[in-house]
Amino acid sequence: MRRWVTITLFLLPALVLFVLLVLLPTLMAGYLSFFKWNGLGGLPTNYIGLDNYTRLFESDIFYGDLRTMGVIIVLSLLVQLPFSLAIAMLLHQRIRGRAFYRLVFFAPYVLSEAVTAVLFTMIFAPDESGLANAILGVVGLESEWFADESTVLLTLFVVMSWKYFGFHTLLYLAGRQGIPKELTEAAQIDGSTPWQVFRYVTLPLMGPTIRISAFLSVIGTIQLFDLVWILTGGGPSHSSETLAVTMMQFGFKRAQIGYASAISVVMFLLSLVFALWYQRYVMRRDLEGATVQ
Amino acid sequence: MRRHLVLCAATALFLAGCGSSTTPPQQSPQAGQSQKAEPVTVDWWHIATNDPGKSTLDKAAKAYMAEHPEVTIKITILENDAFKSKMSTVSSAGQAPDIFTTWGGGVLAQQVEAGLVKEVDLGEMKDSLTTAAVAPYVIDEKVYAVPTDIGMIGFWYNKDLFAKAGITEPPGTWSAYLEAVKKLKAAGIVPIALAGKEKWPGHFYWSYLAMRIAGLPALQQAAETKDFTNPDFVAAGQQLKALADLQPFQKGFENAAYPGPTGQSATVGNGKAAMELMGQWAPGSQKTEGKGLGEALGFFPFPAVEGGKGALTEAFGGGGGYAVGAEAPDAAVDFLKFLIAEERHAPAINDDLWLPIHKGEEATVSDPNKKAVAEALATATGFQLYLDQAYPPAVGQEVNDSVAQLIEGKKTPEEVVQSITEVAKSE
Repeated sequence: MRRWVTITLFLLPALVLFVLLVLLPTLMAGYLSFFKWNGLGGLPTNYIGLDNYTRLFESDIFYGDLRTMGVIIVLSLLVQLPFSLAIAMLLHQRIRGRAFYRLVFFAPYVLSEAVTAVLFTMIFAPDESGLANAILGVVGLESEWFADESTVLLTLFVVMSWKYFGFHTLLYLAGRQGIPKELTEAAQIDGSTPWQVFRYVTLPLMGPTIRISAFLSVIGTIQLFDLVWILTGGGPSHSSETLAVTMMQFGFKRAQIGYASAISVVMFLLSLVFALWYQRYVMRRDLEGATVQ
Repeated sequence: MRRHLVLCAATALFLAGCGSSTTPPQQSPQAGQSQKAEPVTVDWWHIATNDPGKSTLDKAAKAYMAEHPEVTIKITILENDAFKSKMSTVSSAGQAPDIFTTWGGGVLAQQVEAGLVKEVDLGEMKDSLTTAAVAPYVIDEKVYAVPTDIGMIGFWYNKDLFAKAGITEPPGTWSAYLEAVKKLKAAGIVPIALAGKEKWPGHFYWSYLAMRIAGLPALQQAAETKDFTNPDFVAAGQQLKALADLQPFQKGFENAAYPGPTGQSATVGNGKAAMELMGQWAPGSQKTEGKGLGEALGFFPFPAVEGGKGALTEAFGGGGGYAVGAEAPDAAVDFLKFLIAEERHAPAINDDLWLPIHKGEEATVSDPNKKAVAEALATATGFQLYLDQAYPPAVGQEVNDSVAQLIEGKKTPEEVVQSITEVAKSE
């Protein structure tokens, strides 16, 4: 009995916050998504069933959002994370100025998204005033970057990678440092090449770290907002729009709170289904032992 | 239960925002006119965070309170976006401040429909105000706000660059305008700066063309019938496409913002483009964002389209004013009339705050750029509020979005009117 009192007491503050700031808004959004409501005058009254959802699934913008999301997830998993891993491996070596490099690579992650966005708006300015065009112009590779539909996603990905690779590098570095030296030494004594040591000893042992970093990267992409909003606003012609940007457009610019709630519910479900699936099938072994029997 | 929570949350926000408020506002509809003894509090939310606006409004409130000791005006100053989000919080709880900033149009209409604001009786002042100044706040022939400011959109151009391209006078017709754009291009000058990322500057072109070709009544009718498929609107889109096909905009305009060092305003202000279609704030903005053009800056109204139903003298623009909450005391309206009385309003114009709203007030304007706008407005034969403000937010945003895609070559003129009609019908 005493035990339950203690548990309740310790749980209560977090529980109250969780219910008030996570559970309740989620339920509210779910409820509002069945109404046509502009957010004015008391509670919504115009119940329209699943209309907001059918409208969403018929909208080209929604499928464009999914495409943007897919492209960025694939690029992140295939380019950004391996790059971070490589940097982490380098930073694990005994090299001069290692602490300095660690600081430099992590610095972008500490910058706010808005600052990053403003910075890169100037770097990727479409005319000759931008740094990117000034440098790449020498080899004839100028571009209009964010202003051109064919380059906007790639440019956006470069900015995202710049911002977040330091975070993943930090995770990998911590994961790498957790691997006992004896294991790599044993492999070396048995005559493994450095590549073999990495491929058969380091990489498998870093599995849990890699899986959690991929998880964070995907969830972050599903909810991507700040950078896109400031850098492109979703344009040109919706070509870099994400679900969260569409939600903002409809909820706050068009005053269609019901429809925007439907978008947020879809985003929530995407994240939830992905998280459950990922934990069940990909991270199952990592999570074993995390719960007390 | 849920309703309770919403109310509680809204009230908490409301109280937190009001800071030192300890006494609840005492409101009774007749308070203003009844015996002097009865004290009244007027809650006033505005967004003039900087001078001259901030101090002018503050002075006016103090002067009014000195004349009417029973009235207490409580001012809450909010930054633009904070104001909008706070407004939506209090209005979803069904309450509005006694006096608050409005730009009229669709948002105000929604507030009227939700019963948040009430009709304003301007009394004798109604005849002294210009039609354009009051137009944004007229809903079903009733006035729902007191105007403080009105302006219009037109072309702000660089006289030096026009001269360099051999254009001797600003074009008065659309074909002459397209000709001028071609001449500028041929002279190696970027004809037009446009903030494509923000979409609203692009909608000025389509709106003006629609006004010139289809005429003002057609736009009002479309808003009522929710049908924009009128062939004249398609023609407006075709003319805009004809302009866009000349590629008159600066490089990378699709991602250009309005402010900022590479924005539309700075591009014109630094002499890198010959003109922009923008409101009365353009000269000031060109100076803060860029170098500014000084004497070289000129203004001309949007050209007339040959064979169109609209006239060159019809203006497109918007202003600002104050709406009055549904439960506000009469003192609120009385104060607003006091605020915009010509003896207080006219000096504020030359303090760089407002533009003329009273008939004949344009004579007092000294700044040549402001005078150009004020005179064009004073002689305007018709007025249309910004479409993204006049229509319900969803329709207005669809106009902006579709027109942006038209300019970028992603939508045809026919698809533009279809998208707008579709959204309008669903509202």
